Amino acid sequence: MDWINAVVQGILVGGLYALFATGLSLIFGIMRLVNIAHGDLIVLASFLGLVIVTGLGLYPLVALLIVVPLMFALGYALQRGLLNFTLGSDILPPLLVTFGLSIIIQNALLEIFSADSQKLPAGPLQTASMQIAEGLAVGVFPVIVFACAVVVIAGLQLLLYRTALGAAFRATSDDPDTARLMGIDNRHIFALAMAISLAVVALAGVFLGMRTAFDPSIGPGRLIYAFEAVIIGGLGSLWGTLVGGIVLGVSQIIGGKLFPGADQLAGHVVFLIILVFRPRGLFPRAMD
Amino acid sequence: MSLLHTRNLTAFYGDFQALFGINFAVDSGETVAIIGANGAGKSTFLRSLTGLLINDADAIRFKGKAIGALPANHIVGAGIAMVPEGRKLFPSLSVEENLKIGNYSGREGPWSVERIMDLFPFMRQRRHNPGAALSGGQQQMVAIGRALMSNPDLLLCDEISLGLAPTVIKDIYDTLPAIQETGTTVVVVEQDIQQAMAVADRVYCFMEGRVTLEGPPGNLSHDAIREAYFGLKGAV
Repeated sequence: MDWINAVVQGILVGGLYALFATGLSLIFGIMRLVNIAHGDLIVLASFLGLVIVTGLGLYPLVALLIVVPLMFALGYALQRGLLNFTLGSDILPPLLVTFGLSIIIQNALLEIFSADSQKLPAGPLQTASMQIAEGLAVGVFPVIVFACAVVVIAGLQLLLYRTALGAAFRATSDDPDTARLMGIDNRHIFALAMAISLAVVALAGVFLGMRTAFDPSIGPGRLIYAFEAVIIGGLGSLWGTLVGGIVLGVSQIIGGKLFPGADQLAGHVVFLIILVFRPRGLFPRAMD
Repeated sequence: MSLLHTRNLTAFYGDFQALFGINFAVDSGETVAIIGANGAGKSTFLRSLTGLLINDADAIRFKGKAIGALPANHIVGAGIAMVPEGRKLFPSLSVEENLKIGNYSGREGPWSVERIMDLFPFMRQRRHNPGAALSGGQQQMVAIGRALMSNPDLLLCDEISLGLAPTVIKDIYDTLPAIQETGTTVVVVEQDIQQAMAVADRVYCFMEGRVTLEGPPGNLSHDAIREAYFGLKGAV
């Protein structure tokens, strides 16, 4: 039962990792942009949540109603005003610019909020749990986070494969020039993709802040988890990203159980093992 | 008044000048063919017309409006659609999605997915297949259908016979009258001179970024075409 418990907890943690990774996966899939600032944007969303929670006295989950649209708008502006100018046949400029952005965000947060650890008050939800079997209980909050991850990924999947906008996303990803011949404004499509990515980041950031303490320096660590989840799952596959997050979460919890203190290491080692045997991830997209 | 004309149109790729002052006109309802060797500037000319290369606004006038400076994503809404060289179907879209995205601009007119499928009946069985799963000729037909879905006044076809079997080329060119019947004017770019002469009311020949010959096919002698096409005088 102990092991089943560990696996279940790991799966639930994987939901949070999937939320870290979904936005990264989406924009890589649509515009081949690797956003090095992704982890710092997650932490920025946590701090944005903190400001709203303390400033307006809202419960963190309610604050999402403000944080998500704000991050959506920020994503649109960021892509339209900055990142679109870095896209081209060369993959280096977007890497360098988002790397710089990462440093700017970290330092700005440090300047404004100091290096102190912060936490979003989750209240009773922090410790609420439910019994699902004899000797097996799960936290209510991790279940909510996992359910959100599933809903977000299912929603994005519907958007991409069942709507006209989704077809425009895929067409632009295939061939931006030919997409423009169809009347698609690729700069607008890219900006929408980044906006959606940061809306998911907003969810991830607030959930992160409710789950653990955060400070301005933890962004790059979240970026690593996000990268690992994306790559384990297979580039460009959203459901794969969820599986990647789960693999990472389960590895960490089981690793920590076998070798106390080695949970993070275990996640990285499993990632490397998968990279050796399935370099394109578990569910690679057919074309690329 | 012509449907579209260009005046002293130039185009550059960085420091490299690809077009040197092209004067070109096409009237509503006539079929114009552009011929020329590889690198003559034919595709660059179409890239300029469709806004993938930006020009002076006045260099290109379409239905009386200066469109030279419009970006590509506004051109299709103005009524110019292109069948790009090499088909360029979207590989992650199905045949039907490829057609539907052709109408992304929302221009209204006679064409619909069903009507395109009447024109190219094979698509009915393949509508949910990815575009890349089709034969070259079928892909070309989807590319033409995708362009028609925007209900264009002017349809630009870039090398639609390239790499296809002669019977397939004939099938494709046989659909042109049905397209023109709806009021669409067609400009074809062709390397195949015979094909161009057969379909066109008027032919332009490009060489090294300039128009070297222009006129109705009946008025152009083989020698004149050879000279305009290859830049060679007399016997080869």
